[in-house]
Amino acid sequence: MATARGLTRRFGDRAVLDSLDLDIAPGEFVAMIGRSGSGKSTLLRALAGLDEDVTGTLTVGGQVAVAFQEPRLVPWKKVLDNVRLGLRAAGAETVARAALEEVGLAERAAAWPLTLSGGEAQRASLARALVRRPSLLLLDEPFSALDALTRISMHRLVLSLWERHKPAVLLVTHDVDEALALADRVLVLGDGRIAHSAAIELPRPRDRDHPSQVALRVRLLAELGVPAAAGT
Amino acid sequence: MRLVSPVLLVGLWQLLSATGVLPPSKLVSPVSIVHTAYTLITTNNPAYGTLQYSLLVSGERWGIGFSIGIVIAVLLATLTGLSRVAEVCFDPIVQVLRSIPLLGILPLFIVWFGIGELPKDLIVLLGAFFPMYINTFAGIRSVDPKLGELGRILGLSRWELVRHIALPGSLPGVFTGLRLSVVGSLLALVVGEQINANAGLGFMINQAESFLQNSIIMVALIVYAILGLLADWIVRTTERKALAWRGEFTQ
Repeated sequence: MATARGLTRRFGDRAVLDSLDLDIAPGEFVAMIGRSGSGKSTLLRALAGLDEDVTGTLTVGGQVAVAFQEPRLVPWKKVLDNVRLGLRAAGAETVARAALEEVGLAERAAAWPLTLSGGEAQRASLARALVRRPSLLLLDEPFSALDALTRISMHRLVLSLWERHKPAVLLVTHDVDEALALADRVLVLGDGRIAHSAAIELPRPRDRDHPSQVALRVRLLAELGVPAAAGT
Repeated sequence: MRLVSPVLLVGLWQLLSATGVLPPSKLVSPVSIVHTAYTLITTNNPAYGTLQYSLLVSGERWGIGFSIGIVIAVLLATLTGLSRVAEVCFDPIVQVLRSIPLLGILPLFIVWFGIGELPKDLIVLLGAFFPMYINTFAGIRSVDPKLGELGRILGLSRWELVRHIALPGSLPGVFTGLRLSVVGSLLALVVGEQINANAGLGFMINQAESFLQNSIIMVALIVYAILGLLADWIVRTTERKALAWRGEFTQ
């Protein structure tokens, strides 16, 4: 679904992405973790086609949609109009309403974005991404600003949407537990490349304390440079 | 409630006038201003006609200059706000012209355009243009670039970006500009009308000044003030409707 070969992005002398290779299969849920400044967001922006200064080869098949950390709702458009923004096909409104229904926000369709709670705004942002029927869904730390309870319900929502629509997903996060709970494969970004890759076979919903999850958590934290005792 | 303090002030003023503390040669009493206004409305003065005729003449000058001024300002600011090339071409010129004191240009306008309506309309136009241009430009540039990026991801065309993101996002600036334009153009109107006019509120003021009729001057000033308040009220009402999306934290 997405293939990158030798992806490089420099800011001045520093190569934030340094000849990075990445493959995401159709329908695969990939989580990417990394320390701040490791280039997670840079990679996501490159995949979204937002970075023109990135070099290397990048092939992305089909429609790409993005949900950002800040929901980026257009404040002067009501929720429904945000979701349908840029949809040109006839019946856009019906499709947009259905997407809002799916994320459980149907009754807020006529609300102004500034009146939404953080979780509601993120749902609207997800609906806007989904309504485009993406084959690759990029999620840039979309849950990091939410409170713990809202985050858990958002995790469930994202999983159920993913299971229904089966887009390939790249979730950028700094939360190891989030990655462990959601992804088929967890990548660790370090020194501008994929430093580590771990597949998770455990069926969802996953037990946080399952031995294989515990072991993988220790391993991933070690990859991130956090000693086991200080793990979360 | 907001009317209490102005009403008290007028009461105090009337009291001071009635007791002779404020001599009528300096400041006439509110009662005699009302009386003068009534006389101006009901009698057709050979020099400047009735008050409503003067108001009509001034209102027309203001309407023409103001509306043309803001239309040009919005169009030009949209152009320079959206395009760096247009900004480099036009914005420096506007900035240079803006630094010339507007009212100082008037004698030159009379040399160029004579003493008819044109120089008066033009000075009002400029009074409306500059605040409108500057605030609309700033409004467009203040739109969050992240929303522009979002528009690109959503596949918006250039025109759709302008229509859905840039223009609505600039509206707060546009309304600030409108309110300042009302003030600026009224100021320009007052000055423009006092030079070489033969009708209108400014002309009425000039005539009254020659005959030391300061109650007429007061009436004309009050009419100007009412014009300004009215226009400001219209702008604010429209603003509340158009910017309802941010209402939650401004009200």
